[in-house]
Amino acid sequence: MKYIVAIIQPGRLSAVHDALMAIGIEGLTTSEVQGYGRQKGKTEVYRGTEYTVNFLPKVKVEVAVDDKQVEGACDAIKSAAESGKIGDGKIFVLDIHSAIRIRTGETGSSAL
Amino acid sequence: MSRFLSLLAIAGFGALLSTPAMAQEMPEHGVFIMNSLLFLFGGVLVMFMACGFCMLEVGLVRAKNTTMQLTKNVALFSIAAIGYYAIGYNLMYPLGSWSVDGILSGVMGVAAMEAVGVAPEAADDLSYASTASDYFFQLMFCAATASIVSGTVAERIKLWPFLLFTLILTALIYPFQASWKWGGGFLDEMGFLDFAGSTVVHSVGGWAALAGALVLGARTGKYRDGRVVPMPGANLPLATLGMFILWLGWFGFNGGSQLAMGTISDVADVSRIFSNTNAAAAGGALVALIMTQLMYKKADLTMVLNGALAGLVSITAEPLTPSLGMATIIGGIGGAIVVFSVPLLDKFKIDDVVGAIPVHLIAGIWGTLAVVITNPDANLGTQVTGIVVVGAFTFIVSWVVWTILKLTVGIRVSEEDELAGLDTAELGMEAYPEFSRQG
Repeated sequence: MKYIVAIIQPGRLSAVHDALMAIGIEGLTTSEVQGYGRQKGKTEVYRGTEYTVNFLPKVKVEVAVDDKQVEGACDAIKSAAESGKIGDGKIFVLDIHSAIRIRTGETGSSAL
Repeated sequence: MSRFLSLLAIAGFGALLSTPAMAQEMPEHGVFIMNSLLFLFGGVLVMFMACGFCMLEVGLVRAKNTTMQLTKNVALFSIAAIGYYAIGYNLMYPLGSWSVDGILSGVMGVAAMEAVGVAPEAADDLSYASTASDYFFQLMFCAATASIVSGTVAERIKLWPFLLFTLILTALIYPFQASWKWGGGFLDEMGFLDFAGSTVVHSVGGWAALAGALVLGARTGKYRDGRVVPMPGANLPLATLGMFILWLGWFGFNGGSQLAMGTISDVADVSRIFSNTNAAAAGGALVALIMTQLMYKKADLTMVLNGALAGLVSITAEPLTPSLGMATIIGGIGGAIVVFSVPLLDKFKIDDVVGAIPVHLIAGIWGTLAVVITNPDANLGTQVTGIVVVGAFTFIVSWVVWTILKLTVGIRVSEEDELAGLDTAELGMEAYPEFSRQG
């Protein structure tokens, strides 16, 4: 089992959601986050004063998948979230030690 | 209102309307009724400006100071009602009884209304309007002056010292200087012209705010290592709503200041004033919109809001005589003043959270000078004298009061409280608690 964490542009969330649904991913978790990567921040003007926005708004998508779904899920997220411009985000894949469905107590892949 | 409408019919207003061909004057009671109606209608509009100021300020502060800003605005409006009742009204309108001629009213004490169900012959001034309608209308101007201050000193001032200042402003500072012009005092005698208060109301609020900002100091972290650190407002929809409410209220502010609606010429003038007031706001907003787009490559909504308000302040000293085109230009220059003076204040490290000083003080000075453009009775030297006299008095007295408050009770919250936000530190109440707390 793998845990996929994707940081994407906020406007790409629904495309990523559709792409993951299309390949049969059963559930996902999202949160609004702020941060920066190579893109760094950006400069804006507020009431005549320039300032740098260091942390840009992004959306974090988290999905737990079976090993055989990892490649498909990553491809789906990548193609749906890609605009080709700097700031598109990143995908991280982590190992899952264990998974438990709270309602039934099922463990392992069947809990996903 | 309904009582006045029925009186209106009794006074024969209906008969007047049915015979438009006959050029006849309004009966004397009709004048009294129409004038009182203007004050009540205008006063209600100006009262709603308290809401406009409140929403504008709440939108332009950070979310952690929302509840405090709301609290201050409700409290200051209520305190103005006490201060103006207890001392202010009679201090402002001596009706000829001066203790120091043209300078200090000889009438001290609380405001009094006419008796319940007063008969025409017992009315205080049958040729003018009911006393309570005049009191109501004028009180709203006093409260507006106090509202101007609260935005500038936001996000770092303690609640109670601010309210103490508000009491002194509304009971003493505002009415005392207003008597020099609107009470028939020495500025009025000189020929100083300020129709609805670019100087008497707006610059006075601005001077008091400037003194407060100087004594209080900037917000922590606002000016760091020689740079200005913007602290963007939390809620621009509310700030925009506040601006529109002020725009609406200004029709009562300027229109009501005609102080008469009982003749064809007065009604026509009130109508001119409404239209000019609107034109000036539009001019101010558009100039700020275009200038921020050209100067910063992106239009800045907060400057557009300030620009519209500066346009309104600019036309307030003379909303009657300009043409619609000239009113637009006068307001437009007010908008330009905002775009230049907001960054200028930051250069001097004067931290004005909502831009009240550019809008009310600097555009107020411009508006008072602009009277000479369209009103042949105005004299530039006299206008400057009025601006300087009122400005020096208000600034010095305000500075002294702020300084005394600072040295005695203290006016500034601790740095720790400021960083935490005044909502939790001073009030223990957040504006949107469910967003930050579980369960």
